[in-house]
Amino acid sequence: MGLTAGHPVEDAVTPAPLVLGSNDFGSVTDRVCEINEWKTPRAWYVAFGIALTLLGVLLAMVSYLVLAGLGVWGLNMPIAWGFAIVNFVFWVGIAHAGTLISAILFLFRQHWRTSINRWAEAMTVFAVCCAGLFPGIHVGRMWLAYWLFPIPNQMKMWPNFRSPLLWDVFAVGTYATVSVMFWYVGMLPDLSSLRDRAKTKMRKILYGVFSLGWRGSARHWHVYERAYLILAALATPLVLSVHSVVSFDFATSVIPGWHTTIFPPYFVAGAIFSGFGMVLTLIVPSRTMFKLEDFVTKRHLENMCKIILATGSMVGYAYLVEFFIAWYSGNMYERYTFINRAMGPYWWAYWIMVTCNVITPQLFWFKKVRTNLVGMWILSIFVNIGMWFERFVIVVTSLHRDYLPGSWDYYSPTWVDMMTLVGSFGLFFTLFLLFIRFIPIIAASEVKGVLPQAKPHGGHE
Amino acid sequence: MSAPAWGIVAVFETPAEILRAAEAVRDAGYRRFDVHTPFPVHHMDRAMGLRDTRLPWVILGMAVLGCATAVGLQGWAMGKGYPFILSGKPLFSLPAFVPIIFELTVLFAAFGAVFGMLAFNRLPALYHPLFKNRPFSRVARDGFFIVIESSDEKFKAEDVRKLFESLGAKEIEDVHD
Repeated sequence: MGLTAGHPVEDAVTPAPLVLGSNDFGSVTDRVCEINEWKTPRAWYVAFGIALTLLGVLLAMVSYLVLAGLGVWGLNMPIAWGFAIVNFVFWVGIAHAGTLISAILFLFRQHWRTSINRWAEAMTVFAVCCAGLFPGIHVGRMWLAYWLFPIPNQMKMWPNFRSPLLWDVFAVGTYATVSVMFWYVGMLPDLSSLRDRAKTKMRKILYGVFSLGWRGSARHWHVYERAYLILAALATPLVLSVHSVVSFDFATSVIPGWHTTIFPPYFVAGAIFSGFGMVLTLIVPSRTMFKLEDFVTKRHLENMCKIILATGSMVGYAYLVEFFIAWYSGNMYERYTFINRAMGPYWWAYWIMVTCNVITPQLFWFKKVRTNLVGMWILSIFVNIGMWFERFVIVVTSLHRDYLPGSWDYYSPTWVDMMTLVGSFGLFFTLFLLFIRFIPIIAASEVKGVLPQAKPHGGHE
Repeated sequence: MSAPAWGIVAVFETPAEILRAAEAVRDAGYRRFDVHTPFPVHHMDRAMGLRDTRLPWVILGMAVLGCATAVGLQGWAMGKGYPFILSGKPLFSLPAFVPIIFELTVLFAAFGAVFGMLAFNRLPALYHPLFKNRPFSRVARDGFFIVIESSDEKFKAEDVRKLFESLGAKEIEDVHD
């Protein structure tokens, strides 16, 4: 891939520019809005067709589950949390990178986030949709899934607020709501761009309504910027809390391998790791397809690779500490669980996890790999695979060998489990492709703010 | 057009120009004026003489309300509505309530931030006189606009036009409601 201008990659003294090429305020808007205005490319239809087919598979699998019951899954008595919980934790984890990019990097004034935050936030919202599906269908009688919520009812019963499973309902529900609001508020100015450029009546009405009449008033910007800053400050502890609460589902139980205090930080690091993996997986091909090299520069991609390297190493460190504590605790069940993880019936899952999460991301130490599009894309796929297997290892290996050998068993997924997982990618990509088609995928108004000509005093504060 | 104009709008090309224009309009004593830009321009709040928004207080209020709701909901449901001893914990087991207290505090505060922002800005407002102004369609792209409304006490069409001309506005137009 050739680069258009300037220093493509940050060196030690002068940071690379955040926007390459000879872009001004107008051309940023044009480039971003054109993606939504061009005739739909054929590749989009092909991809959308595949995604819709997979979504159909998901609907078929869920319908089959509703009609036939949970027996169509591979669950058995010690392993009552199979693919549903693995997939749930996997998708919630992916969601985390979006909020990290949009909120935490915003608070730390990492201006390179501006070109990638919209995609990442979209990914967050869609991944939470996928995640939310699984606990809902896992409850068995899913028509009673509303029992999860504290709704006054004729039985005068209330859910148990002391249970981590209910904390999860609130944590994921709050996370989904706040993510959607953060995403929507951030895109108001760009929707108004599309409104002002709309040619057809349909577009005028839809973008007109959804941009809420935004007109770039400085009085509005003043309140808007304050609201956005505070939303970022609220979302920052939220992103750390959501996966901590997810990890409480495991950590507050007394199953060996789950009952550990390292779980919340370890889960959060893993979530950010997997989320950045998914962001790279999506952004590398889209960037080339829509010719967005000026906005998503190699500096952006390299920074994401560095975050993957850092969080991947944290995850690897957590694996080591788990083993050390299992040995150091002197608890035979704990020791056995970890030896069994690495060398028991599920050794293959454990070593896929270690290879993909700990070993392959170390290649990002090399600048050649961090700046190679194909290389980073392949490594990002490894991250996705590795993090799915991490959740599989945590859920299944701990459950299949607990205290009494009499209750030991082996879990294997059925074809329904497999196709439901595949189908959840259909849901994710259907939503993502619709997003690419109809919503500005780059926060144009924010990118304008980081252009050099945006500073009224020529860079002096 | 014989009807009196709703206001007069001037177009500028750069953030520096619009900032200077806003300062000049503020110093000339106009109060019912507004600036429209494609992105938030630094120091515009001071240039326009805007008062700091009270939005953070609304958000704080909502956060406290969310916190109180969570304590009340959990305390009542577990202590009165459906009193059951679970895992040997007291009926009002505050430490176990902390995660949901946190989540509802954040949720309510976020609602306060978003809907408070919309309310302070009087959005959604699908109609505005400026939307009928042709050059104004550039506002989200690359146009920097300043408008003085005719309802301003000091508003005199000739004075306003003269002020905008002296600031180097590229286009000056009447806006009709």
